[in-house]
Amino acid sequence: MASNIVMPPLRARASNRLWRVFANHLATTAAVGSTILVMVPLIAIFGYLIYKGASSLNLAFFTQIPKPVGEAGGGMANSILGSGILLAIASLMGVPIGIAGGIYVAEFGRNKRLANMVRFTADVLNGVPSIVMGIAVYTLIVVPQKHFSALAGGVALGIMMIPTITRTTEEMLLMVPLNVREAALGLGVPNWRSVLSITLRTASPGVITGCMLAFARVAGETAPLLFTAFGNQFWSSSVNEPIAALPLQIFVYAISPYDEWHRLAWGGALVLIVLIVVSVALVRYVAGRGVLKGAS
Amino acid sequence: MGVEIEVSDLNAWYGTNHTLQSISLRIPANHATALIGPSGCGKSTFVRCLNRMHETNPIGRVTGTVRVGQVDIYAQSSPVEIRRRIGMVFQRPNPFPTMSIYDNVASGLRLNGYRNRKVLDEVVERSLQQAALWEEVKNDLKKKSGASLSGGQQQRLCIARALAVDPEVMLMDEPASALDPVSTAKIEDLIFQLKSQYTIVIVTHNMQQAARVAENTGFFLNGKLVEFDATHKIFTNPTDKRTEDYITGRFG
Repeated sequence: MASNIVMPPLRARASNRLWRVFANHLATTAAVGSTILVMVPLIAIFGYLIYKGASSLNLAFFTQIPKPVGEAGGGMANSILGSGILLAIASLMGVPIGIAGGIYVAEFGRNKRLANMVRFTADVLNGVPSIVMGIAVYTLIVVPQKHFSALAGGVALGIMMIPTITRTTEEMLLMVPLNVREAALGLGVPNWRSVLSITLRTASPGVITGCMLAFARVAGETAPLLFTAFGNQFWSSSVNEPIAALPLQIFVYAISPYDEWHRLAWGGALVLIVLIVVSVALVRYVAGRGVLKGAS
Repeated sequence: MGVEIEVSDLNAWYGTNHTLQSISLRIPANHATALIGPSGCGKSTFVRCLNRMHETNPIGRVTGTVRVGQVDIYAQSSPVEIRRRIGMVFQRPNPFPTMSIYDNVASGLRLNGYRNRKVLDEVVERSLQQAALWEEVKNDLKKKSGASLSGGQQQRLCIARALAVDPEVMLMDEPASALDPVSTAKIEDLIFQLKSQYTIVIVTHNMQQAARVAENTGFFLNGKLVEFDATHKIFTNPTDKRTEDYITGRFG
């Protein structure tokens, strides 16, 4: 019988209470401290970029192509355009393949050997140094075509996007509760339709985050472009010709011996970061517009 | 209109676990039939065999025949086809979280390719009326997510969603077990309304609920159907000793 059980007294002793208050503050301090530690590098880098780069930003920076050595002025307009084209090619290739791979692994390939192979390959691909990716695409596309091209650069970046997107898509799909899937199947919806219209849609905020992570990562990549997009001092928007890219141009300017070019490199770095932040924010805004009141 | 369901020699397994053993019974059209029994007795598995949901589990396996109306659903029908004719309401309300109330109700038709906006509007209103939810949500049909409703409203939304595809049979797997008494009463009223038009099979842990809503009741124990009879007979004068023990609370 319950009345026979003697409960220990719940009265907190004074020392006990002091300890709890202390431990509470300790944990809060540790959490806040870690937050600051995480944010310091970002803020420091951003602040330093603004300090060094903001002064070299003017209208010419966004409208002109680089001037020859010795001439003042010039800008990075062709690099900004080039980065845009490269990232568009990369996203067109990496996002659909990555998401489709994630869907296969999570929804159709459970416990199948092919799915395990895809998962393993994606993990290995994620760890391949980006310069190796550049060399691989150099051999696959640049050598047969006998010239550098925006296409080769875009493909190199696109391949780098795939593993991140595949793995995040898989994880986000697996987080969709079984009862939501069953609801769709119970309505007589074919499995493929339920996967695309219900499971993927429910997981879409996470999938979009994965795509943005991959996008932001490759947007700043320099190494895979060295042997593929190559860089270009002039205007070019053809996918079959070498093309300029912000990270490449920053690299070239930063290792040059000229102060003027160093200044432009700082400006380019600032523009690159701002463009990444803006495009990620834009995608999030557009994707978030359709969200309803109370949606989880 | 509802149709009769005839089950003969139905067996189901989860892996090597023989969950249902040779079940045979006839569920009459346009009536409510309750299935009772202790946890793990196989009653949920049984209803999941009636619309071929059991086989969505990778280790699920079924033998035997289930006739819904004229159709032997395992031999003459595809899972997708049969689930369109048989609506299902689950234990936990499961509206599609990213969809509005309207889209939730319309989902069954939309995902099967219906696009006519006027027809959809009508079906959504009719289904929500049938599920006694229309008055509460008619002003935020497209503004609010299905997940923003209360638990009881969510479950009625799920019933409306199932009704929207105009099924002949409604399977309800403990539809009120996650709800408070007021919401439970609403769901029971609903079952009472619906059973004139649909064949309803309801799994429940709550014996009073079975007694209130169902004409017939089946008692499951350890994967077997112990007794199946008119509800008043099961609760007042059961044939089997085990049924009597269960309904008088001696075990389970």
